[in-house]
Amino acid sequence: MTNPHLPWEAEVVDKVDELPSVFTISLRISDQKIRDSYRFTPGQFNMIYLFGVGEVAISIVSDPGEGELLSHTIRAVGRVTNGLAKLQPGDRVGLRGPYGRGWPLAQAEGNDVLAITGGLGCAPSVSVINYIMKRRDDFGHLTIMQGVKHYHDLLWKDRYAQWAQHPDTRVLLAADVGGPLWPWHVGPVTVLFDEAHINPQSTVVIMCGPEGMMRAAVQNLLERGVEEYSIWLSMERNMQCAIKQCGHCQYGAKFVCSDGPVFSYPEVKQLFSIKCF
Amino acid sequence: MSKIYQLARNKFPQLLEALKSAGYRCIGPQVRDGAILFDDLESIDQLPAGRQDLQAPGEYRMQEIHSPRYFAWANGPQALKPYLFTPHEVLWKASRDNNVGIKFNEVEPDLQLLALIGVRACDLAALQLQDAHFQECDQPDPYYTKRREQLFLIAVNCTHPADTCFCVSTGDGPRVTTNYDLVLSELDESFLIAAGSERGAAILATLSTTDATPDAIETADTETDLAARRQTRSLPSRNLRDQLFANLHHPHWNDVAERCLSCGNCTSVCPTCFCYSENEQPAMDGNESRHVREWDSCFTHGHSYIHGFVVRPDTASRYRQWLIHKLGSWHDQYGRSGCVGCGRCISWCPTGIDITEEATAVCTVKDND
Repeated sequence: MTNPHLPWEAEVVDKVDELPSVFTISLRISDQKIRDSYRFTPGQFNMIYLFGVGEVAISIVSDPGEGELLSHTIRAVGRVTNGLAKLQPGDRVGLRGPYGRGWPLAQAEGNDVLAITGGLGCAPSVSVINYIMKRRDDFGHLTIMQGVKHYHDLLWKDRYAQWAQHPDTRVLLAADVGGPLWPWHVGPVTVLFDEAHINPQSTVVIMCGPEGMMRAAVQNLLERGVEEYSIWLSMERNMQCAIKQCGHCQYGAKFVCSDGPVFSYPEVKQLFSIKCF
Repeated sequence: MSKIYQLARNKFPQLLEALKSAGYRCIGPQVRDGAILFDDLESIDQLPAGRQDLQAPGEYRMQEIHSPRYFAWANGPQALKPYLFTPHEVLWKASRDNNVGIKFNEVEPDLQLLALIGVRACDLAALQLQDAHFQECDQPDPYYTKRREQLFLIAVNCTHPADTCFCVSTGDGPRVTTNYDLVLSELDESFLIAAGSERGAAILATLSTTDATPDAIETADTETDLAARRQTRSLPSRNLRDQLFANLHHPHWNDVAERCLSCGNCTSVCPTCFCYSENEQPAMDGNESRHVREWDSCFTHGHSYIHGFVVRPDTASRYRQWLIHKLGSWHDQYGRSGCVGCGRCISWCPTGIDITEEATAVCTVKDND
């Protein structure tokens, strides 16, 4: 019997500091056989282990076609992530995965895609935006809506600017707190909806971020006639095992680590308006 | 049902000897620290003869009774859970390799054939639920699965339910019906014994039994029936899923939170609760680290922590999570309620919170009444 708890060794190949507390590490699994058979889809995550400190669940931001490097954008906030922030190329970590269900890319093909993100929880949707950008002809109109708390918090400013240059692509940004060099909106991400020109019949919505933001966004979308089954969200809960055993990520009868983290809105609707669940 | 035999009380030590000869480490109930606990059983004399448990909400006491019986009690704080899903387990070890690489090594659990004597119907029902969670799944837990294979179960039909028991209401007792190797019914002068598996039959064949008399069978059945009738507590229904989910904003969640200490005693003694945390134990020299799992509880702050934020910050949301999972979501996950009616969470709650009363209160009063 294979032991599902056991990580593999992986090497830190590259590290980029994105913001003072946010960084991206690119990992390569050391064992070639495992590396060659590893497959993932955007929206899935890995468990990354820092020697002597512990494991943490991190979504994969790199493209599934990018080859052997697996990139993870991480905010240093806890014991493990603060330790991971100190890694340098050449250092080794543990890695197991990929886990969970990713974004519904097949359903999204041929449709318009609206990606809504808030706060710093944008890595899961950035993976799908990158995926669409590389396969631009397979998808319709792409609208990227991103809200941040403070204008300082916007990750990948250059990337948003590049995305905005693509044909048939629209970038809409909002910050709760603006600043002198902030050319976009000030307010919650939901202020952007009027500008998004959503076609409810042909739009697939992918969403991640704080649940309060997602609740407001879902309400807004439903009022605009978007079908419930066209709305997909990436949920977050405490995850320690990633294999449906440790119990922390339970959301009603769902185990977010395996049944999610990406859910269609009808799957979570019953509990989504319930606070502290 | 397999044939029922009778074993005289003075021949009962043969069972222990037969199990030992077959290579089993024997575990049986004993009185320890004022409660019935499972521990290594060297001799039949260690069994709690003439002892009975008195249980009530927030209360557990032992008393002596005039009886030769070993099993004239309901249960202690443990079920089978600690023997399969252990409170502390090293999942793997990581070691530094030339100061650069990391090697990950599996840890082989210390395995031995284990025979548990004195298992109750509620414990067996709980075992089936733990089996469903840990081994009848996509990625079976290797530690649980290996221990489970080594386990020999000697069940005992219940004749002395505690005031806190409600296994009749959950459909799990007091009579043992399935999932055992041997089942016993204790009478004053003898035991009735039947096999539930081939290896159970093999042990049974070595004992000096006789065919059970119809009188003895009738007496044993009557005692178990009486044990069922003596239970006073019950849950409002066996499937409370829809009622609980319809009452997520019920004011009673705040009422129970006023009494609940969020200590996690209920989840520790619950034979079906499966949550565990994964923790790191680095060695002092910095070259090796043990990755361990330890029982966790949905009543802790850390259980719902995500990057600087706690999803369930208060006792009301934690109690709601526990009860709605146990009696509600479990139906979707494992096809039945997660409660087997053992009553342990009632007795071992320091403030005497009674799951049957709380579930009834949430399900019978209208939302925001």
